[in-house]
Amino acid sequence: MQQLANIFIDGVSYGMVLFVIAVGLSVTMGLMRFVNLAHGAFAMTGGYIAAWLVRDHGFGYASGVLVALLATAALGALLELVVLRRLYRRSELEQVLFTIGLSFLFVATANLLAGPQVQLLPLPPALSGSVDLGVRTLPAHRMLVLGCGIAVLLLSIHVMARSRFGVWLRATVDNTSAASALGIPVQLVYVLTFAAGAALAALGGILGAELMPLEPYYPIKYLVLVLVVVAVGGLGSIPGSFAAALVLGTVETTSKYLASEYGSLFFFAAVALLLAWRPQGLLRARG
Amino acid sequence: MHATVLTFDAPTRSRALLPYAVLLGLGAAVYWLFPGQLPLATRIAIMAIFVMSLDLVVGYAGLATLGHSALYGVGAYATGIFASHISGDPLLGLAVGALAGAAIAGLSGLFLLRYDGLTFLMLTIAVSQILQNLASKLRDWTGGDDGLTGFTIKPVLGLASFDMFGRTAFVYCGVVLLVSLFVMRRLMASPFGLACVGIHQNRRRMDAIGANVRGQLLRLYAIAGAFAGIAGALSAQVNQIVGLDSLGFELSAEALVMLVLGGTGTLLGAIAGSAVFMTIHHVASALNPYHWLFIIGGLLVLVVLVPRQRLLAQVKRRVAGFPNVRGASASKQVA
Repeated sequence: MQQLANIFIDGVSYGMVLFVIAVGLSVTMGLMRFVNLAHGAFAMTGGYIAAWLVRDHGFGYASGVLVALLATAALGALLELVVLRRLYRRSELEQVLFTIGLSFLFVATANLLAGPQVQLLPLPPALSGSVDLGVRTLPAHRMLVLGCGIAVLLLSIHVMARSRFGVWLRATVDNTSAASALGIPVQLVYVLTFAAGAALAALGGILGAELMPLEPYYPIKYLVLVLVVVAVGGLGSIPGSFAAALVLGTVETTSKYLASEYGSLFFFAAVALLLAWRPQGLLRARG
Repeated sequence: MHATVLTFDAPTRSRALLPYAVLLGLGAAVYWLFPGQLPLATRIAIMAIFVMSLDLVVGYAGLATLGHSALYGVGAYATGIFASHISGDPLLGLAVGALAGAAIAGLSGLFLLRYDGLTFLMLTIAVSQILQNLASKLRDWTGGDDGLTGFTIKPVLGLASFDMFGRTAFVYCGVVLLVSLFVMRRLMASPFGLACVGIHQNRRRMDAIGANVRGQLLRLYAIAGAFAGIAGALSAQVNQIVGLDSLGFELSAEALVMLVLGGTGTLLGAIAGSAVFMTIHHVASALNPYHWLFIIGGLLVLVVLVPRQRLLAQVKRRVAGFPNVRGASASKQVA
């Protein structure tokens, strides 16, 4: 029972990390119709910058993370402005090729700047202890991950469904020229969405640094994982990504605890079953 | 009527033979002038067969897959297991590899081809990952993480044994490459091949005119599986080891990169792309495995940013006909 609870909590927090990384990709792929396989590179960039600031430059954990998020958002915006927006109308294969190339460049750059070793992100004392919940104690870091995951879920749903920006975004991706004619700053909407997705990926990379170690091959190693979450959840569906991330995170963690000799067999079997059952996404009916 | 057919037919036939002549010439040049590069050229030949097989699925049928290594790896393991338990005859092993590749493609295709687009893409990844994890678990058959070793391959046709300079391996793989190219080109020029291209261009319309879309695609996928299996079998026989990476995601992704680099839907582009990619990889990764990523990453970014269609069209106009073969020759000279 104790072990089952442990597995469940670890699985859910792993799922939260996957969700936070994947939500930006779900929006770029599902709404902006841009297949960005370099999304994992933003997660790595965020983690690297945070580790560098906190470890080597005496930043506090919170301020280091904040600066890392802003820097990654800026990088995402810059990439969108300079190159990516030229590729929106290209074929999917070309987008895949370009963004894989971009990931390779991130891998090589990370190695050039920081070397091939794993980057450690030191936790402040407040987060490395544990919190007593009355029923049981939980590691404080897990609590932070859970809280961030739920906050990101609620915030992104709210922004997409209720805010003026969400209306702009949905109008822009539905019909760019009509939205532009109505006075919506289309280019700005694209840049901001992309920057926000990059920042969320960075947050996921930072929160998940213990589960998914920060090393140069990060963008390629976890690419499949993030893509799988987006595909199983359904393109552009934020609640779908959340559900997919939780289910898959729990499956992966459970099989790691109970049947580690099978590797990721059960994870990918679950992926195949879920996709076969709901090819349009977990929370959408077939059709 | 008869005369017009002849005058139309004669130049196309000599043109159709040109790629084989160029490949033979390149092969001979590598064999005599650069004997030190035979292992690299052998790897290129094997990879070219694999990438051509991928071209059938991606370029002709328009199904984006990132799990093609499943077919390659199963062919490689089948050949290795066949050689260690039953017979080390290379041609028999090749047949076993082809059969295994076709069988796994047919089986997984029954499931995969019910879907398309991103769902298909993700499912191909899932299938190949499941197979890779199974191979890692079934230690007794596959050797697990250590790889499958300890099988011996007999001389080809009982005559030419595999020598340490890789001469036999090179000629063997080169011949298999030429035969595979010939068969695949004939196949894709046949009504069957044209039907596959039709499905790529407009699936709904092909369905409406009565084509059996899923049946055609399944047949194509199984054929692609046979050739991917042959490539895997060759790699098992030449290297005498089959590792888990032969089922891995990286192999599928690299093959896709090679294919798009050379151009999809031409088969010759697949050969050129493999030659360019493998040669750059060989040269650059000798320096530093990470710096190699700068080169290939930059190349990919440039290939997309520079309007290649226009560039290609210009080259095509200058060299009447075969830009892809030209690309291959340029890259082999680097080697």
